[in-house]
Amino acid sequence: MTAAGWAELALFVAALLAAARPLGAYLARVYEGRPCGLDRVLGPVERALYRAAGVDPAKETGWKAYARAFLAFNAVGFVVVYALQRAQALLPGNPDALPAVAPHTAFNTAISFVTNTNWQSYAGESTMSYATQMLALTVQNFVSAASGLAVLAALARGFSRREADAVGSFWADVVRGTLYVLLPLSFVLALVLVGEGVPQTLEGAAKVEVLDPAPGADGTPVREQTVARGPVASQVSIKQLGTNGGGFFNANSAHPLENPTPLSGFLQCLAILLLPAALCLGFGRMVGGKKEGLALLLAMVVLFVPLLAVVAAAEDRPTPALRHPDVAADAANLEGKEVRFGVAGSALWVTATTAASNGSVNSMHDSLSPVAGGVAMALIQLGEVVFGGVGSGLYGMVVFALVAVFVAGLMVGRTPEYLGKKIEAFEMKMASLVVLSPVATVLLGTAVAVSCEAGRAGVLNPGPHGFSEVLYAFSSAGNNNGSAFAGLSAGTPFYDVALGVAMWVGRYVPALAALALAGSLARKKRVPAGPGTLAGHGPLFVALLCAVVVLVGALTFFPALALGPVVEQLLASR
Amino acid sequence: MRSTLLPALRLLAVLTLLTGVVYPLATTGAASLLFPRRAHGSLVARDGHVVGSELVGQAFRDPRYLWGRPATSTPPYDGRASGGSNLGPSNPALAVAVAARVAALRAADPDATGPVPVDLVTASASGLDPHVSPEAARYQAARIARARGMPVAQVLSVIDAHTAPRTFGLLGEPRVHVLGVNLALDAAARDNRTR
Repeated sequence: MTAAGWAELALFVAALLAAARPLGAYLARVYEGRPCGLDRVLGPVERALYRAAGVDPAKETGWKAYARAFLAFNAVGFVVVYALQRAQALLPGNPDALPAVAPHTAFNTAISFVTNTNWQSYAGESTMSYATQMLALTVQNFVSAASGLAVLAALARGFSRREADAVGSFWADVVRGTLYVLLPLSFVLALVLVGEGVPQTLEGAAKVEVLDPAPGADGTPVREQTVARGPVASQVSIKQLGTNGGGFFNANSAHPLENPTPLSGFLQCLAILLLPAALCLGFGRMVGGKKEGLALLLAMVVLFVPLLAVVAAAEDRPTPALRHPDVAADAANLEGKEVRFGVAGSALWVTATTAASNGSVNSMHDSLSPVAGGVAMALIQLGEVVFGGVGSGLYGMVVFALVAVFVAGLMVGRTPEYLGKKIEAFEMKMASLVVLSPVATVLLGTAVAVSCEAGRAGVLNPGPHGFSEVLYAFSSAGNNNGSAFAGLSAGTPFYDVALGVAMWVGRYVPALAALALAGSLARKKRVPAGPGTLAGHGPLFVALLCAVVVLVGALTFFPALALGPVVEQLLASR
Repeated sequence: MRSTLLPALRLLAVLTLLTGVVYPLATTGAASLLFPRRAHGSLVARDGHVVGSELVGQAFRDPRYLWGRPATSTPPYDGRASGGSNLGPSNPALAVAVAARVAALRAADPDATGPVPVDLVTASASGLDPHVSPEAARYQAARIARARGMPVAQVLSVIDAHTAPRTFGLLGEPRVHVLGVNLALDAAARDNRTR
């Protein structure tokens, strides 16, 4: 890769860290209910939202009522997204006259968008009307992200409060996260993206007369090309910022209208990791431990940077299929990549989108080299805690921090504590649930799929790569990522239902466990740090945390990875 | 449960209004004020006809035109069916496709020397990639010049005029805009005839 390519990667990491600090401070203000600046303009809107919804933002609840509100809000969202897809043909806002979405597709899509996964078993431009895109999908892009943020805010209060029952008001957390964080960032990013060329219009697709008509399926020349359009920019900005990842078009952010320039690509990629990175520092402020927040962020960066370099180096070489006497021996793997992004821009996106549970793509992951595809899969399988989803990534990482202090506590024979709270049997049970639930869905789901005809029928590529397609799909769904080895034909009733269940388990089991943790921690006293306390910051803690994340992931998934990318790489390098 | 479901439903309704109606419409309004052409898909017209979007690649097979990335759809560069080949790195079908693309490029220009640029034998991620690398464009210059009866230098200067560098010298890759080159080549050929 060129020096400019490596410089682009370095600039990305620097820009991310620079933006995380001020945004983290801002996030802490928003979730502590303190003035954040924007409330001077949007305060009346906030109060109007509470009035219209009939809720009292000052009325905080315990974790059980908080969890009930979270589940009810998501259940209602599921029903609405399903219903809008089924009814889109009867509704306005459908200029291209698209029919109703099939029941199994609508089921899968509804779970997918409500759980912040945004796995897509359909092609946007030919399946979803503008009304569905706006009223169902864009809305869930916001509120599923706001729900994840809310769960994290509750967990932070669990640490910061002493002998308290209440962990916050779910309604207030969702409203404040949407209004003060997601909406303003999305609006600004959307306008920048339009400036780069992303469409934003309610007009239907444009028809253009091409210069050099080529034969279509029936052999006659096709003189017309469709230029798909729509309210694209407003959805693309939130799908990046909210770690949603569901594209307006089938090719997602590889589509030149969804992501037209290297600059739009850089900013969209930065948007993937922006909130997950800033949340670490915001969380640190909320729990009165800035150093601990920074340690969580550093652990993520320490895991992210080497894997990014591995992906970039792996994609800079020709794959076996590109070894041809007339093709340069040092050619990069450009199959499934766009010229404007090249190797560096594509490798950056692959790593960022799988480290976070975003799942948008600017290159086709199915055509990645076995090493790069394996890294992408492994990053998802680590449990989406290296940045991870907005909110969900950090509560996952905090759980791993609990496991880390627990392991350290075992070594010295002492009750572990983290951020001033004793970590006891109940906390470890909840932590185990968070760590183990995606393991079950990913491994069991893959095993079932490759054992039955309906599962094997969807595979496109032969050999170990075909197994990778299935493993990637369940990893992605079970950890709410949403990206795919897209050769897999996942738009079938089998995959729509199986992956739907995986997404459901992958979202709600960890979220409910995190809320139970919040409730239990809030009730505890704060214990002063003693001589035997393992500090939640510093190089020792960061190293221990990284080791726990990697060890749990490696012990769980290495056998499965060995059957897919590992054996494919061994075969390729023969 | 009813005491929770009702506020959930009402809050979703008002947030739908805010994020699903007000937000996209406000963005649409602001976008059409600030960037009207881009907001509508960056369409390009010639002689009063809309001949494409600046951002969406088109299929070119005529030897007089600069060719883009290999297509993944039928018809090629179908704006309703974006996506890549999804062929895996060791899939024999991909090796076969690459060999066929190399053979077609060699057959179209038997005099060309040097390796075939890799972006001309690999499908893009979108199937609509509007660009090729500068190497891929220069590789085709002699064939285009011959087919058009135009000096190679003129073709190369058109290519240069439609080559964009890395953004800020850092982001992305240098690239040649295929549709822009081909529109300019048609215009240059017309100028050559009238002169």
